[in-house]
Amino acid sequence: MARDGEGDEREPHPMVSGKALVKRFGGIAAVAGIDVEVRRGESFGFLGPNGAGKSSTMRMIACVSPRSDGELRVLGMDPETDGPRIRARIGVVPQLDNLDVELTVRQNLQVYGRYFGLSRAHVRAKAVELMAFAELSDRADDQVEPLSGGMKRRLTIARSMVNDPELLLLDEPTTGLDPQARHLLWGRLYQLKQQGVTQIITTHDMHEAEQLCDRLVVMDGGQIVAEGSPSNLIGRFSTREVLELRFAPGKQDGQITRVADLADRHEVLPDRLLLYADDGEATLEAVHARGVRPVSTLIRRSTLEDVFLRLTGRSLVE
Amino acid sequence: MRTMDTTQRAPGLVLRILPFGRYTRGPGSVVERSMRVHSRTWVIMVSGFAEPVVYLVAFQIGFGALVGQVAGPGGQPVDYVAFVAPALLAASAMNGAIFETTYPVFFKLRYAKVYDAMLATPLGPVDIALGEISWAVIRGGAYSVAFVVVMMGLVGSPFALLLVPAALLVSFAFASVGMALSTFLRSPSQFDYIRLMVMPLFLFSATFYPVSVYPDSVRWLVQVSPLYHGVELMRGLAAGVLDPSMIGHIGVLAALAAVGVAATSRRIGALLLG
Repeated sequence: MARDGEGDEREPHPMVSGKALVKRFGGIAAVAGIDVEVRRGESFGFLGPNGAGKSSTMRMIACVSPRSDGELRVLGMDPETDGPRIRARIGVVPQLDNLDVELTVRQNLQVYGRYFGLSRAHVRAKAVELMAFAELSDRADDQVEPLSGGMKRRLTIARSMVNDPELLLLDEPTTGLDPQARHLLWGRLYQLKQQGVTQIITTHDMHEAEQLCDRLVVMDGGQIVAEGSPSNLIGRFSTREVLELRFAPGKQDGQITRVADLADRHEVLPDRLLLYADDGEATLEAVHARGVRPVSTLIRRSTLEDVFLRLTGRSLVE
Repeated sequence: MRTMDTTQRAPGLVLRILPFGRYTRGPGSVVERSMRVHSRTWVIMVSGFAEPVVYLVAFQIGFGALVGQVAGPGGQPVDYVAFVAPALLAASAMNGAIFETTYPVFFKLRYAKVYDAMLATPLGPVDIALGEISWAVIRGGAYSVAFVVVMMGLVGSPFALLLVPAALLVSFAFASVGMALSTFLRSPSQFDYIRLMVMPLFLFSATFYPVSVYPDSVRWLVQVSPLYHGVELMRGLAAGVLDPSMIGHIGVLAALAAVGVAATSRRIGALLLG
């Protein structure tokens, strides 16, 4: 790949471009040769279960973990040689909040901005702006520790914006938050996207992926198993609807063969049976017509969870 | 910002861990963080100054009366307090530096993940090492100034002023080594190992009596102690007896400081940039 030097906005290059990218720890390949390209302005997702290699990929992109093999360019530069210059232009939201617990909310933003070499006056004004963005203005001079999980996460995201990054890396941005806090965060991330900030998001949560990502790759065992937009992936790898059947404990096994042929495809989970069909209602009627009586039934639309199940034979969240 | 140079195209491992040229301005912002953290807890810092002064007063009142005069650096007799005061300053510079770079560093490295957050910015391991060690030296320096003021009241030699830069050097050496050692610790209980190393240094580095007290067979052991070099340097300076061996003492301390900074940077890189 041609090297294209100092932040050239003239020559459009992808925000991130990886080819045959590998990360090995000891003998184990956490990332086993992936090709990935993230374009300017999009929200790109890495969807996969824990241990799929998402975070390792993110750390390589964030220039804090050297790649073991393959090609990687971030903002057109090589993390190996231009790490500090790349990091100056990206924002990182790590999986676990690492806010500075010895500082206040305001100081967290100011001090972090100073790490980027920004002037005192600039970070002072920026902190005020970001606290408003994160709805933390009334907690400005409080310590970080007593803040709720959602507030800390918002502060971490605000902190990642202190250098006005072109690219934001979000590692599991809402894991562990309650629904209300997640929706607030999603709203904020959407707002940033509107402002043109490119985002890369890892998640093992299909709702989050569907909610946030324009395009995503599904990762499993260090490899990419599928790529596309959420609706495209669902269209390609699943049916329109899913019928879920729950049986009394111990009764499921005997019923599978009686109904499996009613659907395009079926999946057996420990606690339920999934029948994939374009018309869930009709399938349910057919199930009843065969005299099968589940304890409960549910008809829903296919999600990325179903795509993942189809591609890997496993659930996203064990 | 965005000033990092781009001349090197393919740095080896050493350059990746120690690319000094690329980390402009870095250590300053790390020091600034510490200053913010301690802006509210300056009262606690007073205790760092109080400790050696309390020692000094105790020696003045107690041993001063009991011991009287001893042979000073040039062989001339000096008051015991004048003999012991520079050594106490060296020891307190050591203790302060070790204190500042062990538990607080361990906490930031292993629990609070402060360094991980820093490494996500343009800062690198060298910035962190230099920034944290500098803070320890600045803090230690403030104590030494206060101590020297008290000491000049007690001892009355204007040469005592030379002790301030010497104390900074001792701080720098021990802060560097202390921080490097801290990166190897895995649990807070292991701090006892460091205490186990520091205690004999404090007691046996010719701190309270001249090195001539020891039989020749163990004297070399004392001379291996880094604190011994600090003590000798400062004792000589305080008495106004300058001699060439001081260059050796300064060299040992400077070498320790350099090794400590390099080791700390490498360790932080190895631990956090995997």
